[in-house]
Amino acid sequence: MIQPEAKPTKPHGSPNLKHSLNGALLITLPLLTGEAMAEYGLNFPEPAAGVAREIYDIHMLTMTIATVLLIIVFAFVFYSLYFHRKSRGYPADQDFHNSWFGNWSWVIVPVLVLGVDLTIAGKADAVLKSVWDVPKEKNIMDVKVTGHQWWWEFDYLDHGIKVESRFMPREQSGDLYLREVDNRLVLPTGTKIRFLHTSADVLHAFWVPELAVKKDAIPGYVTETWAELTREGVFRGQCAEICGTWHSRMPIVVESVSPERFAAWTGEQQAIKVAAAAEASTDKTWSMDELLSKGKALYETKCAACHQVNGMGLPPAFPALNGSAITNGPIADHLHIVLNGKPDTAMQPWGSLNDLEIAAIVTYERNTWDNKTGDVVQPVAVKQAR
Amino acid sequence: MTTTTLTHDEAHHHEAPQGWRRWLFSTNHKDIGTLYLLFALIMLFLGGASAMLIRMELFQPGIQLIDPDLYNNLVTNHALIMIFGGVMPAAAGLANWMIPMMIGAPDMALPRMNNLSFWVLPAAATMLILSFVIPFFPGGGTQINTGWTIYPPLSLQVGMSMDFLIFAIHLLGISSVLASINIIVTLLNMRAPGMTLLKMPMFCWTWLVTAFLLILVIPVLAGGVTMLLFDRHFGTSFFDAAGGGDPVLFQHLFWFFGHPEVYILLLPSIGVLSHVIPTFARKPLFGYKSMVGAMLAVATIGMVVWAHHQYTVGMSLGAVTYFMIGTILISIPVGLMVFNFIATMWRGAMTFETPMLFAVSIVLMFTFGGLSGVMLAVVPADMQYHDSMFVVAHFHYVLMPGAVFGLFAGVFYWLPKWTGHMYDEKLGKIFFWTNVISFNITFFPQHFLGLAGMPRRIVDYNVMFTEFNVISSIGAMVFGLSHLLLLYIVIKTIRGGKKAENRPWEGAKGLEWELESPPAFHTWTTAPQIK
Repeated sequence: MIQPEAKPTKPHGSPNLKHSLNGALLITLPLLTGEAMAEYGLNFPEPAAGVAREIYDIHMLTMTIATVLLIIVFAFVFYSLYFHRKSRGYPADQDFHNSWFGNWSWVIVPVLVLGVDLTIAGKADAVLKSVWDVPKEKNIMDVKVTGHQWWWEFDYLDHGIKVESRFMPREQSGDLYLREVDNRLVLPTGTKIRFLHTSADVLHAFWVPELAVKKDAIPGYVTETWAELTREGVFRGQCAEICGTWHSRMPIVVESVSPERFAAWTGEQQAIKVAAAAEASTDKTWSMDELLSKGKALYETKCAACHQVNGMGLPPAFPALNGSAITNGPIADHLHIVLNGKPDTAMQPWGSLNDLEIAAIVTYERNTWDNKTGDVVQPVAVKQAR
Repeated sequence: MTTTTLTHDEAHHHEAPQGWRRWLFSTNHKDIGTLYLLFALIMLFLGGASAMLIRMELFQPGIQLIDPDLYNNLVTNHALIMIFGGVMPAAAGLANWMIPMMIGAPDMALPRMNNLSFWVLPAAATMLILSFVIPFFPGGGTQINTGWTIYPPLSLQVGMSMDFLIFAIHLLGISSVLASINIIVTLLNMRAPGMTLLKMPMFCWTWLVTAFLLILVIPVLAGGVTMLLFDRHFGTSFFDAAGGGDPVLFQHLFWFFGHPEVYILLLPSIGVLSHVIPTFARKPLFGYKSMVGAMLAVATIGMVVWAHHQYTVGMSLGAVTYFMIGTILISIPVGLMVFNFIATMWRGAMTFETPMLFAVSIVLMFTFGGLSGVMLAVVPADMQYHDSMFVVAHFHYVLMPGAVFGLFAGVFYWLPKWTGHMYDEKLGKIFFWTNVISFNITFFPQHFLGLAGMPRRIVDYNVMFTEFNVISSIGAMVFGLSHLLLLYIVIKTIRGGKKAENRPWEGAKGLEWELESPPAFHTWTTAPQIK
């Protein structure tokens, strides 16, 4: 369910602010026309959530104040540079600092600056409360956002759905490379949504500019933000906190849909989940070929980012699996490291996968590349190893 | 003045050692100042080269030149080398050269400690460079891919390089604290008779405050990285949530150091401007006392607003409100400083030699960077700016003009005094214009990248960010290479040039200009009397 890209439209902030900003930008960037500015994205994208709109407005307010102050400072400096120079024969006024102005400017200037500060702080404080306080509503929709090295996990706590979201290689994503994922975060419009942020390994940060939500994902912490989407569309963001090697490959794509379509989507996802669980829990003994084909697909989405498709890894950070002691050693050790991860490395526990998935991955790893153990690991063995 | 007996006497008591012993065993503030400045210059080129590699990689989308870990390693090292190896030693070099000459003292108060505080630096720099290169050797572990903030848990995953970095930080900290103690003792005890604190030159004032800041915050950083070391090797879990620790605690410790550090980098340059602008405007500094007060206010408020670097970690509403208002209030003393500089220029009789050109550009660009700082201080808006390229643009606009250009202004201003030669004014102006224009081409477009959604510290980006990255990278190449001209000018001035008078600048005031150019090995052996 992929929607066509929403056409970027011009932000409709207060017209005066917009006008003065554009004017300032035109002064600084005389080569760019108004149309080019929209194309190149000189400002925040059009907000898609109520709070994002307020944030957009406070951004425009402070930027306008900053621009005006800058113009004032520049005007005084350039006036002085032009008129108060020796080459024009201007005599230095040796007593300027002893005039009444010199004696009282240390009071006048701070009072003026304080006035500006209070204007900004007052506005910001009013907005801050609505940004910071998640509405206390019983039926707020909860989405748990877990950062992993280097993918996102979205748990729809009220629907029992989990979405794993990974970047897509250039061949599949084209011009959206690094801004496109395999599974999007689908959210309904007009619904208050609470995001609960945490991390499975290192720090990450969830950032979607249209939602104006940015929060660090911290292991051991659950931080919260909220949003209520105001329009449908596809909104793209990226991980904002450096999280190691592939920090650049953690895009976030929010697909905002009507509540009806969202309900249909959740139904679909729940059905898929039920089917997968049923498949995994049968007592069936799986053949090598079945496990290998399942394992290949799983390996290439979940493991290949670090260990590489060819199993050679990227040493020293990511060890090779091809010919390694783990993939050719005892099955129990192999299962242990996949299920529990390796402390203080980027290898995370994969215990949240079901028994069949783990069995398929382990079987694949033990029988691919130069690894020829011939072991067929069945889901039952995984169950026992847990 | 020069009698045979005096010469004999001096030679007897102060045998000036020759060759390498002159430098390694030096207790002379001028020689140590020169060492600091040379060290900083080397580090400037190292840090600059790493920045140019970063910008080359970002010239086009895709990963062309360097792999992601090396990219992150360069990002980390660029910051650490520039801050600890470039700006801080350069400022310490200016302090060593100028403070005794400005206050009429024969040398720094603790000359042997002065020697130590410099000679710790090459060892620290070696450790720092090792932390960068060790991963390229077999068994060297992974590269430091954390950024200079070395936040855990990511920094717990890094190989032995991180341990080298931790010890480098310890050594750099020791050097800074020793230098700061020396400067404070010198300024408080060795001023010429009659020079009360409120007659002290502004450059000395800025360094007095900087030195106190350093002594207050460096130990906190040292503690933080030591805890990190213990977490890495000795089984503690200060920062590991699984062991009852708290990853955010490290961020608080780091920024308790990191934010005052910004003012540590800035203030010495403010001190330089307080001499350069009055000199070339040919009238006294406007608002000397309000300048001192503003500086004390900046230092005080600057100590208690560190968490504005971590608005997104999930602090309470009350906490972020406090940090927001505190941060915004810093604009009051900083605004007063900028105002005083403009008022010093106002109704002056200005000429525009290279130091003054840098000073004027600093006033303009630092104001710009300061105003984007106010935007960043606003918590709701920072939800968008945080960790984006907007932040990168902002802090380069405050740190390049605020710190580095200020040091350039100081170097051009005092180079005739140090070497006895005038620098080539024409080359100086060419350097200024290439430097400042290419600086703006590099960093101005990064504001737009940040607003459009490009995070910082990414090795590869989507095609939508291409245009501004191309502009920025082209600017960065010119900007980086322009510093070769600085090197050439400095070498040329050392080797010869028009003889500099004792007071090469018409409007210059202060004790240092009463000495000959270049000054004798020992100056002010008899303290001057200040009226």
